[in-house]
Parts: sequence; structure tokens; C-alpha cells
Amino acid sequence: MRAVQFLNALLLREFVSTFFLSMRYFFKPKPTINYPFEKGHVSPRFRGEHALRRYPNGEERCIACKLCEAICPAQAITIEAGPRQNDGTRRTVRYDIDMVKCIYCGFCQEACPVDAIVEGPNFEFATETREELYFSKERLLANGDRWEREIAHNLLADAPYR
Amino acid sequence: MTSIKIDGQLVEVPDHYTLMQAAEAAGAEIPRFCYHERLSVAGNCRMCLVEVKGGPPKPTASCAMGVKDLRPGPNGEPPEMFTNTPMVKKAREGVMEFLLINHPLDCPICDQGGECDLQDQAMAYGVSGSRFDENKRAVEDKYMGPLVKTSMTRCIQCTRCVRFTTEVAGVAEMGAIGRGEDMEIITYLEKALSSELQGNVVDLCPVGALTSKPYAFHARPWELTKTESIDVMDALGSSIRVDSRGSAVMRILPRVNEAINEEWISDKTRYIWDGLKNQRLDRPYVRRGKKLAAASWDEAFAAIAKAVKKPGAKIGAIAGDLAGVEEMFALKALLASLGSTSIDARPAGSALDPNKGRAGYIFNPTIAGIEQADAILLIGTNPRHEASVLNARIRKAWRASNLPIGVIGQANDLTYSYTHLGVGGQSLADLAAGKGEFAESWAKAKNPLVIVGEGAATAEVLAQAAALATSGNDIAEDWNGLAILHNGAARVGALDIGFVPGKGGMNTATLLKGDADVLFVLGADEYDLSTLGDTLVVYIGTHGDNGAHRADIILPGATYTEKSATYVNTEGRVQMTARAVFPPGEAKEDWAIVRALSGVLGNPLPFNSLAQLRAAIYATFPHLARIDTIEPGKLAQVKKLANASAKVSKASFASPISEFYLSNPIARASATMGECAATAAGLRQAAE
Repeated sequence: MRAVQFLNALLLREFVSTFFLSMRYFFKPKPTINYPFEKGHVSPRFRGEHALRRYPNGEERCIACKLCEAICPAQAITIEAGPRQNDGTRRTVRYDIDMVKCIYCGFCQEACPVDAIVEGPNFEFATETREELYFSKERLLANGDRWEREIAHNLLADAPYR
Repeated sequence: MTSIKIDGQLVEVPDHYTLMQAAEAAGAEIPRFCYHERLSVAGNCRMCLVEVKGGPPKPTASCAMGVKDLRPGPNGEPPEMFTNTPMVKKAREGVMEFLLINHPLDCPICDQGGECDLQDQAMAYGVSGSRFDENKRAVEDKYMGPLVKTSMTRCIQCTRCVRFTTEVAGVAEMGAIGRGEDMEIITYLEKALSSELQGNVVDLCPVGALTSKPYAFHARPWELTKTESIDVMDALGSSIRVDSRGSAVMRILPRVNEAINEEWISDKTRYIWDGLKNQRLDRPYVRRGKKLAAASWDEAFAAIAKAVKKPGAKIGAIAGDLAGVEEMFALKALLASLGSTSIDARPAGSALDPNKGRAGYIFNPTIAGIEQADAILLIGTNPRHEASVLNARIRKAWRASNLPIGVIGQANDLTYSYTHLGVGGQSLADLAAGKGEFAESWAKAKNPLVIVGEGAATAEVLAQAAALATSGNDIAEDWNGLAILHNGAARVGALDIGFVPGKGGMNTATLLKGDADVLFVLGADEYDLSTLGDTLVVYIGTHGDNGAHRADIILPGATYTEKSATYVNTEGRVQMTARAVFPPGEAKEDWAIVRALSGVLGNPLPFNSLAQLRAAIYATFPHLARIDTIEPGKLAQVKKLANASAKVSKASFASPISEFYLSNPIARASATMGECAATAAGLRQAAE
């Protein structure tokens, strides 16, 4: 027993095996990515930053049914509704999401009968202050305009499983 | 009584019961759309189909078939009815599928969503799919005035609205045209409804075809906080439910109260809520120079103290239509501590006197008692405008028994036929003397009912009315037929606590002449205050209206949805409002304002909380502690009233309400009420 120990110590066996282990990983392809410049794969079901979508003709989808507000377990959504000035249709006057409260459960997009509120693929919306995370209707609609292509693609990709 | 077996359970029910009522008695639930307890039976929705043994061998509409219509078995066994068999299930699913054929799938944008009978019953009794592949029908929306919004594609033709307007509201302005798929509910000429009860069709509509226009899209039923309260728009004190969200009242709905409003409320009660937000006084004001300037509570109180403490200052107080018992009691105590008895809550010229007994100023036969009356005389009142729900009750009695109704005063459309006896005191004297056809039927009445409006409540008229109510030979012994129909919710409460001039005190007429140096105006906006001269007016109230206009110092108070206050309705029923939201800005509950002021004036009133104040009230007036009960007036007091002077008054009687929709400061601040008044004026003009 003592002899084996002696030989291991003399021939630096552990040192050599560690060296080969590190060399093996050195030549393997790297799993880490250079994050801000490279991005990982995002599932079509990813629940990221919220967005309010529009129809292709520019009409906002949201009809102020308030189902998302009702289902929201964190009570992060606040809606005020009323007849729209020009045509009297049911629209939101105010649609606020408190992104600090939001737990990204995705119930709001499940509840939405017109696919208006969705959780898009974007997860990079960190802010410096809390106030910036109180999303207003304008912000959400702008999100929708910016991410519409990705959102539409994701919805289509996920549609067969619904 | 007859016996019937319902789902195997034997029950005994009265002979006149329908199968649906029998099922309810047995605890079996039957879905329905067109059937309503207070309307006639239509039997056109077919949702209440049940299976019967002893009747036709097919599903039967339980709302329209009586228990007596079923045959007993061959050996005399009671007839049977089933509500849970496969036949019934299939029938309900079939009916529901047919109803949904043409009903649009727009629940997310429908205001009825969340409180919709069709939605609930489709979940409970419907199937999940539809086999209908054709196009759904679409119906053009109809105009029904500023209160009722229509979405006629959603209509399932239950005709509840048609039956309500025709039977209860008494205006035959709605109907159905066309047959089958082409059937449409319309107002014939695309005209606004003229009824003061039209808002009730919104509650009656089982789907979202008729919804509330001012409330359109504003809130969902699940996000509203419901507060059960009572109404103060008229002296009936209808039971209401105030639905609020955050700091705003979103809508007002009726509650069932058989004794007062059954389940109807007037449009003023229902649609007043936008007036609760507009024109509000949310901070104290003090007049500096010619203008009112915003001030702090301390500054306002200091200004009042300065004026009140002037040696020899004559102080008075007038209470308006919407004041609660608590604040009037506090104000009375404050004035008493200042050595003044010049308080009044009655309109100028009113002879109602609490010292002559409670029977002399309440609606003795009670509102429910109207249905027992067999002759009615209306003196100087237009109940349709002064108390719309009470008018519906008179109409109900009239429809049931076609009783003779006489009117002395202006001849208005009251929705039932009546004999117009004249406009003034002479006609009343003639009736008392037994002249005319109506006098003959009056003399035969066992339960004659004399309704005296506030506009005619002078001493002579009261005496004659009391005589007419008590002098007949056939009058039932326990019947007290003198009914005073007040106009303000505060009035009976004020008379109960004696908010009338004491010894040497000035009454409303004198106070309005400007004889007082300091006048406290507790929400009294219906008087002409321009004659007050250089009186210092302290206005305690809620809205920037007539009173605030003339005021020198404004103390902002709370409306009936913002405080718990006691009101006594025209029958003498003690009721209490509940707080649904908080008063805006720096406004305070009125009794607290009076209490705080008393401290500044150096003579603090002996109560520091609402509970202590109520204890003080109940100690002096124990009947006010018995919420929701009536302390009945004594018949002897009415008889004594009848023995008073029998002079004939020459004046013609007029209702104190000239415009139904604008009769109080909250209504005048409401945009909806303004629109209604304009529409009503347009309808009147069109009729002329």
C-alpha cells in the first residue's frame, strides 16, 4: 500500500491525469457563448417581455374584455376601458402592466380571446429604475410593433400543439 | 292545496301554482329566460321544459302549465313531474343549441359578460359544440334613448322588456315586429323611451341586448365592490346596491325589497352615479371680497366663529332634501347650544307638524299597503315624478282591481286612468261635500287612500285630506288612509327628530327672507337663496350648486354613498346607508363637520364618534334605533287632524318637481341626467 502511494507521488500520476483532463476539454467545442454578441436558442413557448399586438391593418387587437386582468395571479395588470371616441367600439383607455409584480406565468396570453397580449421572445429589458418597469399601453403596443414578426412566427410554430 | 310529485318527492302546493313554482317549492332548479316573477307569463323561450306524467307526452313548459292542469293517475295518484330525466336534459340541450344559433360569440366585448343568464345557462345546460354551419343572422341596433344601449343581434326574443314597459312601467312603447328569424324588438319609431323606470329593462334582459349606456364598457362585474345601501333620490328609500371600484361609484343596481321597491328603481336612482364625481366640493372655501377662495378647515371655522360670536347675532339653519338624521341631529344640537331654535327642514308653506303626531306626516298605509286600497285620491302630487316606483305600485293596484283614482292638481300622464277632479282647493271641498261621481265611489270605499303631495301640504288641505281618509262609513277599522308623499329623503327623519322651529324660532320662509345674521344651509339647494341679503351663509354640502353659489363659507360634506347615515322614508321606515367610497379631497362626513365646528365655537357637542352620536339619537328617539321597521302613526292623530280648520284654500296645487331628472344637486351635476332631461323635453315638445 505504501509502495503504491510512493510510486504515485514519484511519477506525479494525479498531476498528469489532471493535465490530460484539462486538455480534453480544451479541444472540445465550447458550450458557453459570448453572450451580448451571441445568443442561445429560445423556444417558441418562451415567456418573455409582454407585447400588445395589432391586426395587419394596424387596428389594435385588444378589446378590453379584462380577462387577462381577471386571471393575473400577481394582479400586475390594470385596465380601464370605455367606448372609443371615433367609433364607439370597446377599447382600453389604459392598459398597464407592472413588470415588477409580473411572475411571467403566461396566463394572460392564455386567457386572451384575440391573441392581443402575448409574452414575446424578448428577455432583455432590464432597466435602471423601477419606474421604467411600469409598462403603459403605448410601451406595450410599441413592443408589439417591434416584435410582431417573431411573435407571429412563434405562435405559428406552437399552434399544432394547442 | 294540491299534491304533486317532483323528481319522486311528494310536495303540497297551492292550487294556483305553476309547475315552475312547484319545482321551486320542492327545491328543484329550472332554467328560464322569458319567465319573470313580476311579469306576465310568455312561455316563449322554452328553456323551462320538464317531463310530466299526467299531461301531454312531450316536454312541457313549466312556467305556463299549472299544477292543476295535470291529471292524477288512474288510481288517484298525484301527477308527476321530472326535472332531471334524459328527456329533460335533451330538451334543454336542444333549446340551448337553437338559442345559440343566432347568438353572437361576442362575450368578451359584451357588457353582460360575467353576469349573463345565457352565458351561465349555456355552461350549465348546454352542449359544447354547435352543428349550425350557416350564417348567423344580424339585427340592426335600435335607438332607445340616452340610458339603454342596444345590441340587438344578441337578443333572444324573451320579450321581458316588452312586458315590463307595457305592464309595469305603463308605456306601450316597445314591441316585437316580424316573425320567426325576422322578429325584432323595437320602439316602433326609433324614439327614446319615455318611462322613468326604463333602466330596469337592463336588469331584466337575460342577455346583453339591452345594456346600460352610461356604464358601457367601464367595468366588469367581478372587479366591483358591492355595497348594500339605500337610495335618497326620492323619499321612498329604495333598496340599492352600490357597485364601486377604487374611489369611484361605477353603477347602482336595485335590491329586492318587497315592502318598498319590489325590484325596480327609477332612472334617477340608477344613473345618478356620474353626478357623484362632477362638481364636487372637495375643500373648504371662504368668500373674500366677491370671490370664493379656497381655505383650510381652520380658516373656515375661524370665519364662522367670528360671525357667530358677534353679540346678538341671530342664527338659523335649513336642512335640505339629502341630509341624514345624524347631521341634522348634530346641527340641531349645535344651534341649541348657541341658543337658537330657528331651524327648519320643510319647504316654505308646509304645515307638516311633528307636534301633531307622526301619523300627520308619514305615508300611513305603507307602500305595500297601496295594493289593499280600493280608492285612491292624489292631491297636489305627480307620483310619477316624485316617486316613480310608488307610481308603479299604484299602477299595479290599478291593474289588479281597476280601482277608482281621483286627481286634484295638475293632470299629468300617470300611466293609469284617473278622474281629474280639478286643480285646487275648491275641487277638494266639493269632493268632501260629496259632489260628483267620484265622490260616490269614494264613499263606498273600505280602504280609501289619500296621497297628499308636499306641494299641497298646507294646514287646510291636510285637514280635508285627513277627513276624506277617515270620514267614510264603510272604512275598515284598522285602515289608516292618510298618506303624505314627501319629496326629500331627509324630510321624515327631520320631522322625527324635530328639526322644526322651536319656541320663537324662525321657519324656512322667514329665514329665507334674510332675517337671520348667520344661516347654516345643510345641503338645501332647492330654495331661492337670492333673497337672503347680507346674511352670512354657511353651506355644508357636496356639490357646487345653488347653495354653494350664494354661500359665504363652504364646508365640503359627503354624499349618501360616502357615509353611513340614517334616513327615514316617507312611510316612516328607518333605514341606513352604507359607505361605498370615501369622500373626495378634504371633504368630511357632515356630522363630523358640525362636531368639529362646535369645538371651535367653544361648546363641544357631547359625542366624538358616530357610535356615540347614534347612542345620543337613540336615547332621545328610540324608534330610530329600529332599522328597517316602521313606527306606525296613530289613527286618532289623523282624526284629530281632520277636526282642525275646514277652510277652503283657493290656490291650485302643483307638484314641487318641475323636472324629474334635475331635482337635486347630484342630479344636476350628472351629465347623464342632463341628457335625459333634454331628451324628455324633446319628447314633450314632439307630443305637443
